[in-house]
Amino acid sequence: MKNKYSIFSLIKNAFSYHENWQRAWRDPEPKKEYDAIIIGGGGHGLATAFYLAKKHNMKNIAVVEKGWIGGGNTGRNTTIIRSNYLWDASAGLYDHALKIWEGLSQELNYNVMFSQRGVMNLAHNLQDIRDLKRRTHANRLNGIDAVWLNTEEVKKFCPIINTSPNIRYPVLGGTLQRRAGTARHDAVAWGYARGADAMGVDIIQNCEVKGIKRNGDSVEGIETTKGFIKTKKIGVVAAGHSSVIAKMVDVKLPLESKPLQALVSEPVKPIIDTVVMSNAVHAYVSQSDKGELVIGAGTDAYISYTQRGSHDVVEGTLKAILELYPIFSRMKMLRQWGGIVDICPDASPIISKTHIKGLYFNCGWGTGGFKATPGSGDLFAHTIANDEPHKLNADFNINRFVSGDLVDEHGAAAVAH
Amino acid sequence: MFLINCPYCGERDQSEFSAGGEAHIVRPKQPTELSDDQWAEFLFMRKNIKGVQFERWNHIHGCRKWFNMVRDTSNDKIHTVYKMGEKPPIK
Repeated sequence: MKNKYSIFSLIKNAFSYHENWQRAWRDPEPKKEYDAIIIGGGGHGLATAFYLAKKHNMKNIAVVEKGWIGGGNTGRNTTIIRSNYLWDASAGLYDHALKIWEGLSQELNYNVMFSQRGVMNLAHNLQDIRDLKRRTHANRLNGIDAVWLNTEEVKKFCPIINTSPNIRYPVLGGTLQRRAGTARHDAVAWGYARGADAMGVDIIQNCEVKGIKRNGDSVEGIETTKGFIKTKKIGVVAAGHSSVIAKMVDVKLPLESKPLQALVSEPVKPIIDTVVMSNAVHAYVSQSDKGELVIGAGTDAYISYTQRGSHDVVEGTLKAILELYPIFSRMKMLRQWGGIVDICPDASPIISKTHIKGLYFNCGWGTGGFKATPGSGDLFAHTIANDEPHKLNADFNINRFVSGDLVDEHGAAAVAH
Repeated sequence: MFLINCPYCGERDQSEFSAGGEAHIVRPKQPTELSDDQWAEFLFMRKNIKGVQFERWNHIHGCRKWFNMVRDTSNDKIHTVYKMGEKPPIK
């Protein structure tokens, strides 16, 4: 039984110098067999396990992770959460996630530090204005809050932006989603892990999947570095390594894995209380609660599984940041890193069954999966438990690349691919 | 970030090049006779290999010529480059 986190538990543990806190999740050895196994212990995988146990009463399940939980893209993103996507299918998917975010800390009894500080997208040319206004209208028709701001309103909302008409790409306006914001990415993985573990889910770290055993058209189990584990249902949530898993079972995916970079500055006093993104010059920035500027760069154009990325990509982003925010010119950058993102041709994810019975894929989130973590887990759990998609993820099936019914979100994905 | 030995210009910075994805995907000779599955395979499905991969690159800020490369995507080490139309030097 997990102890509840509260102000009282905090006071109680203060008396023992915080040395007797209960362990947040166990470190079990794998059982011989599970009802379902999730491959990948990131936010999406842990959320899937959590909702399988909570909503579909599947308690005999495991999450296997080759490293440590939340050590992949969950711990490497820029923590932005928003739902202002263009098409109806995406609006349904991402706003479903945003609605879960709004109550997630309570649901998990874990503070994920969800902060609805707003996300602003800037326009720098006439086409940007047209595209962003169109997206604003589409959002509002789908019940998603969005407003158009002119240059003065942008300046008022975020005073440190340089709105001079003389810069190379002047700010001509922007859109604002006020319900959008950020959350603490590690806490999301830890909160879901703790919640899933409390319901009996085995979280098995340092356990790499080496092969998937098939019997004709269905799955029988997985070969791992900790031995063979039997199961009838496998949910693959391996992000950048989805193609590596797919190759084990002869499933074809339309993915390309590329490094996406981010960097943080030295911590400073509060200077920017929102998230500002710009598609055209490719720079986005927010400030963490520690005071670091969190800056997102673009992807490298080539396939790579090295978690670092090219220097020129970072340089391009910082040039744009300095033009938009001259006040940051003497900031020092502390850390830079890359995560491997699996990009779909239409910049939308795949949450789908496959032609193999009992094998499900949740991948292709590309450069923007973090925002969808709770919704993705919820819908993927539904798909695995019922062996059919929820109506919100029906359009995100793998067959859309055959039928041609793509969900083109390159405009709203915001990161230059 | 790495150096690329362009078969026409010699060693240059990677930022001068643009990546063209997986190499040796042959455009179907008779597109009208393909099934939807075959089209999807040609247009979208990619090997996306972690390890040694054959790929196309273009020296976009140089000679602007396309060529092929054999590169290990797990560590970005380039094994070899060869011109368009040539047989891949290693299997």
